[in-house]
Amino acid sequence: MVHGEIWTVKDLFVYPNEYIYWTIQIVMYPFMTGLVAGAFVLSSLYHVFGIKQLKDIARFSLVFSFALLPVAMIPLQLHLQHPERGIQVMLTPHFTSAIAAFGIAFSTYGMIVASELWFVYRRHFVETALALKVKRNKSLPERGQYFLFSVLTLGAWDISTHALEKDEKAVKILATAGIPVACLLHGYAGFIFGSVKANALWTTPLMPFIFICSAVVSGIALCVLFYIVAMETRKIVIAWKRKNDTSLPSPEEIRTVEMHEVTMTAKYLIVALLAALGLELLDLLFRDYAKFHSWEIVRSLIYGQDFVNIFVIQYGLGNLVPLALLLLPRLSVKRAVVATLLVLVGVFMMRWNLVIGGQAFSASFAGYMHYDLPLIPHDIETFKEGLLGALLVGVLPFIFFWGLNKILPVFKREDSVENMSN
Amino acid sequence: MNRRDFLKNSITVIAGLSVPLAALELINPRKLLADKVEGSKIRWAVLVDTQACAGCGFCVKACKTESEIPYEANITRTWVERYVITRQGRTYVDSPKGGRDGFTSDRIDLGGEGFQNIEPNDIEKAFFVPKLCNHCESPACAQVCPVGATYQTGDGVVLVDRKRCIGCGYCIMACPYGVRSFHPVHKTAEKCTLCYHRITKGMKTACVDACPFGARRIGNLRNPDDPVTKTIMSGRVGILKEQYGTKPQVYYLALSREVK
Repeated sequence: MVHGEIWTVKDLFVYPNEYIYWTIQIVMYPFMTGLVAGAFVLSSLYHVFGIKQLKDIARFSLVFSFALLPVAMIPLQLHLQHPERGIQVMLTPHFTSAIAAFGIAFSTYGMIVASELWFVYRRHFVETALALKVKRNKSLPERGQYFLFSVLTLGAWDISTHALEKDEKAVKILATAGIPVACLLHGYAGFIFGSVKANALWTTPLMPFIFICSAVVSGIALCVLFYIVAMETRKIVIAWKRKNDTSLPSPEEIRTVEMHEVTMTAKYLIVALLAALGLELLDLLFRDYAKFHSWEIVRSLIYGQDFVNIFVIQYGLGNLVPLALLLLPRLSVKRAVVATLLVLVGVFMMRWNLVIGGQAFSASFAGYMHYDLPLIPHDIETFKEGLLGALLVGVLPFIFFWGLNKILPVFKREDSVENMSN
Repeated sequence: MNRRDFLKNSITVIAGLSVPLAALELINPRKLLADKVEGSKIRWAVLVDTQACAGCGFCVKACKTESEIPYEANITRTWVERYVITRQGRTYVDSPKGGRDGFTSDRIDLGGEGFQNIEPNDIEKAFFVPKLCNHCESPACAQVCPVGATYQTGDGVVLVDRKRCIGCGYCIMACPYGVRSFHPVHKTAEKCTLCYHRITKGMKTACVDACPFGARRIGNLRNPDDPVTKTIMSGRVGILKEQYGTKPQVYYLALSREVK
């Protein structure tokens, strides 16, 4: 069986070689890069613009953005027919292709986030390493930890006030530089689609901007959601552990969801959501008004087959309902959770409707193709490009975040770090 | 005027006249066009006569055999489309198995929607259109390949290097003609090579050789005396999907407006 045949159903006249070649992994790719870029932009709001209310969530989203970064590349790797040659895009790029710039955009961004994280956490590295250094009779894991944190300091042990001020300055510079690079990383993903002139649904110069706005929307939404979930989970876990060990802080003492942070972030979410929605509707209006050669089939798809996906789930449930939930006064944690979840569904559906929807009609404009998402895999291909492959990609950032949190503690206050070093 | 002067003047006049005559020879437009383009003395092009095609599918069969694509695999480097236009103005198109086995049934294959019977009296016109890679002058597929696995040869043929292709499918997305796919065995981008292994040895492509009606012909656009080039230059030929700016090099005689 040829690639794509198993999940493609053809209707009317479709060219013999046409199948749904770009599947759920290519839906995951812009979704994940969007989250990376959005999370970074959110963290920059604090570092660059000094919005103090976002201090906690800024540190959190920066680490989360870093955890998401490797996952943005995995869907691409999974959809390649020759994944072992994937590295060639970076080693021998063919620069007439939009994809060839991936290595540059991705690694530039990765380096900026990594260096920013280093400056943010340098003090923590030094303090942890010093605390372990003075400790006698270190256990093997502690020795390993000492080694790790000593290496992470990169030899910069100075944590005087003057040095820390310089760190902060560096963070600000990197966060400022990071915003355009994050937008580039994701706007570029939009360009990859927007520049395919052969695809009537994709080709529009607005695509990079639509991608950037929806990236910020999804990144903020995920950070708020995960922030709330992580904080609440911690509270529950500590309360449960406290039953055995009363020395642990009570649920009242530990830090919980800072509602003012959520409210503040929600405001940025609303602005980004309105911008994304505006651009998408402009694109739709333009297509409807200009009535290009392809409009007949695109219209039959948008208002016909994909109506529920586009207007009910994406615009309705994914945009308008959360907009209303966030705009209503007295935002509660529960309402924020529902709204951000719906926003994430909306952005995911936007990617789905774009990637799968763009291949839902034949280049002959005389036939349609349906994508039957493989639910239960029976070979490596239906695993990679099916539901399980997508779930794997969706779960990985949380695992990475859990690991990163061991080295870059997100939830500790500055003072608790000081306590640890004493 | 003495004899000596007469001869001198005659030579001058003849020499003077021969220069513009030589110039006239030089600016033969067809030759100029052929010479103007740098590089190769060959630019391959295909001429398809849609009125000659009878939909026998021999070209598709020959191609599958020649190109070693598994015979039953549902991809094909070349295919034949059947168009049936009814008196009511409806257009039906199909290409079951790429037309490999010929169009032996009257029913139109509508894919998931089943089959459509059309009364012979209802048919306004019906014809076949062979399709293959257009070996475009500005191939979108070669532009978008992130590793340069798809490339254009000096004589205009667009090829894929199977050792380099990473299988991302961007070229498949970029081609407006749907001629590309993935090879089921090699897992790399797959397309018509214009039988490069044959044409570079003075042979014709497998599909051209297999066509019993002469509906497909291959020629060298840089050779003004090539009969195919003559037809393309002086005849009324059409190309597919001009709006994408890819400058396709498969030319069609009697191309109907319904052709997708």
